[in-house]
Amino acid sequence: MIADLDLTRTRLDHLDWLESEAIYILREVAAECANPALLFSGGKDSCVLLRLAEKAFRPASFPFPLMHIDTGHNFPEVIAFRDERVAELGERLIVRSVEDSIARGTVKLRAETDSRNAAQSVTLLEAIAEFGFDACIGGARRDEEKARAKERVFSFRDEFGQWDPKAQRPELWNLYNARVHKGENVRVFPISNWTELDVWQYIAREKLALPSLYYAHRREVIARNGLLVPVTPITPPRAGETVETRTVRFRTVGDISCTCPVASDADTAEAIVAETVVTEITERGATRMDDQTSDASMERRKKEGYF
Amino acid sequence: MNAPVHRPDLEDRGVLRFITAGSVDDGKSTLIGRLLYEAKGIFADQLAAVTRATRKRTTGETLDLSLLTDGLEAEREQGITIDVAYRYFASPVRKFIIADAPGHEQYTRNMVTGASTADAAIILIDVTRVGTGELLPQTKRHSAIAKLLGIRHVIVAVNKIDLMGFDQAVFEHVRTEYEAIAKQLGLIDVRYIPISALEGDNVVRSSERTPWYDGPPLLELLENLPADRADADLPLRYPVQLVIRANGSTAQDFRGYAGQVRSGTIKRGQRVRVLPGGETATVETIGAFDHDLDEAAAGRSVTVRLDRDVDISRGDVLVDADDHPVLGKHFEAELCWLDRTPLDPRRKYLLRHGAKTVQARIDAVGNKLDVHSLSSTVAAETLVMNDIGRVSLTVQQPFVCDAYDELPATGAFILIDPTTNQTAAAGMIRKVAQAS
Repeated sequence: MIADLDLTRTRLDHLDWLESEAIYILREVAAECANPALLFSGGKDSCVLLRLAEKAFRPASFPFPLMHIDTGHNFPEVIAFRDERVAELGERLIVRSVEDSIARGTVKLRAETDSRNAAQSVTLLEAIAEFGFDACIGGARRDEEKARAKERVFSFRDEFGQWDPKAQRPELWNLYNARVHKGENVRVFPISNWTELDVWQYIAREKLALPSLYYAHRREVIARNGLLVPVTPITPPRAGETVETRTVRFRTVGDISCTCPVASDADTAEAIVAETVVTEITERGATRMDDQTSDASMERRKKEGYF
Repeated sequence: MNAPVHRPDLEDRGVLRFITAGSVDDGKSTLIGRLLYEAKGIFADQLAAVTRATRKRTTGETLDLSLLTDGLEAEREQGITIDVAYRYFASPVRKFIIADAPGHEQYTRNMVTGASTADAAIILIDVTRVGTGELLPQTKRHSAIAKLLGIRHVIVAVNKIDLMGFDQAVFEHVRTEYEAIAKQLGLIDVRYIPISALEGDNVVRSSERTPWYDGPPLLELLENLPADRADADLPLRYPVQLVIRANGSTAQDFRGYAGQVRSGTIKRGQRVRVLPGGETATVETIGAFDHDLDEAAAGRSVTVRLDRDVDISRGDVLVDADDHPVLGKHFEAELCWLDRTPLDPRRKYLLRHGAKTVQARIDAVGNKLDVHSLSSTVAAETLVMNDIGRVSLTVQQPFVCDAYDELPATGAFILIDPTTNQTAAAGMIRKVAQAS
């Protein structure tokens, strides 16, 4: 084990490399942007971001607040985890909810149980305007979806919060351009170059705490269209469907109305790493009902200001 | 429990970044698709989506690997790739990041962008289009840009060898032709592989159909290339990104200099010089969050504390105390113009170098580079998008100027248009005059 802890070796393994790059990016945001925020949902990618921020800025406090855009359709243990983690870190958390946007009338849903993933964009843009944020740091990765493969690390958004894939700023070397005019902002993705496997390897290496539903547990689900839909007040069984209790884990944790677990016995980060190496289904395809609709659904949402 | 067996062959070799140059016709997307597919980087549902999209676009039932790498809706409609896309795959020993630069309009701009972070370039040659004739002009253009951006390893992938009956003579002809280009450009490390991206020959596994080729397959070659962009043996360059302060009791106030080692290695106890100020101090600790390091090599992000208070702010660079790099205010550089608005020498630009942003003026525009011949013969008064040209610049304050060929990390800069905030140009420092 001593050899594994050799901290003076000069060569960076792939996690060291990714970590150093992400820390560099976070520090660039802190130095170049006047009023940034880091989006923290309690999800695994944003948990990785928090550890990276600790590494980038401690012993000082974070040079930005944390912000959660709450869809109101959450798994309760994720919200509990979010609050615990924020308390441990002693940092400031801003919560803005889609519920408030609905009350204001800026978000209209056709049905109460509709996915609120798309509605998050509206609430996010409202929060950006409210606080005057010029940069929002998020945990999106380029390997998640095809439309993200061309996303910049510092991704420019115009005054409407829109992303124009044809007018992206070229990014060369590690010389990022974070400059914006008033009302515009950048979205910054420090873990752009990470894959799902890298994330799990990092969680295992750093022994990061995650909400319990990322690990194998027993849960009531319904098999529907090749997905395992969790039984919740928002996603009740339909007539004729059978509820079964299966051992499952979540690979992503988002809006409760469109996030599905996968069958798995993996109850540690190491076991999930092993499963991820041989996995046959990508993260979003296995777990997100909304992304299955069409190849281009993510691209459309991003153009509208989605993260 | 037995001690784990030390397996140097399975040690984590970090990250290798490479760029693929070539057009769709050369089978570039197919090659990338093949690498991802073979390395199990393509998962079942992506394959399912590809099968659907293929049926939409063509009537054929063959799986088109290139569809795996076409990203945006607009591109799928037009059937072309319009922007640099990044792809990821991993082998048991290494993580790979591919910059996939498209071969159509804005070509130079895209390839320069992708090449700026690449350790290696794969130059793809469609052997059916060469036959026994000359290489295509684009091969030379791609190679010239690889050279310009200082990519040290070039892999010439001689593709579609299956369509030429795996004929060694065809492969040797391409090699001979390319050797002339490599010599003219001054490329040092060039390797040649006969492949079929479509059939998979010599991509991940050695092909039995090319018994005359005794080199490794492409993936094995990529696993073993040195990633020397971040060279630990070069002179130290540590640009300070951020000063980190935390107040405890007065005696324990924390003051650290956060940054990423760009080249060389910083060591505890080392005497360092702070530039441009010139003061020296000794490295007291090299912090990495929950522990201290004895040294940190190129690529590592750390927080350095010094033995005494020195006036240091963002953009200053720590170098070895015995090192006296040039502090330049005037220098010559090669610019690749990226913006739709052409260069206007009457205007000032913002120059971003290391962690510093300064005002810059372009004093003269010299010759434009002809990327086909790599000769600078065309006199120019301005540069438009996709032009590469030699310019002389003056910056408002001197900074550590290294020649790009020697220290790419501190020889590179970008220009930003201060009115639009667009990234206007990529620059490589070629020649520096000592500040007076």
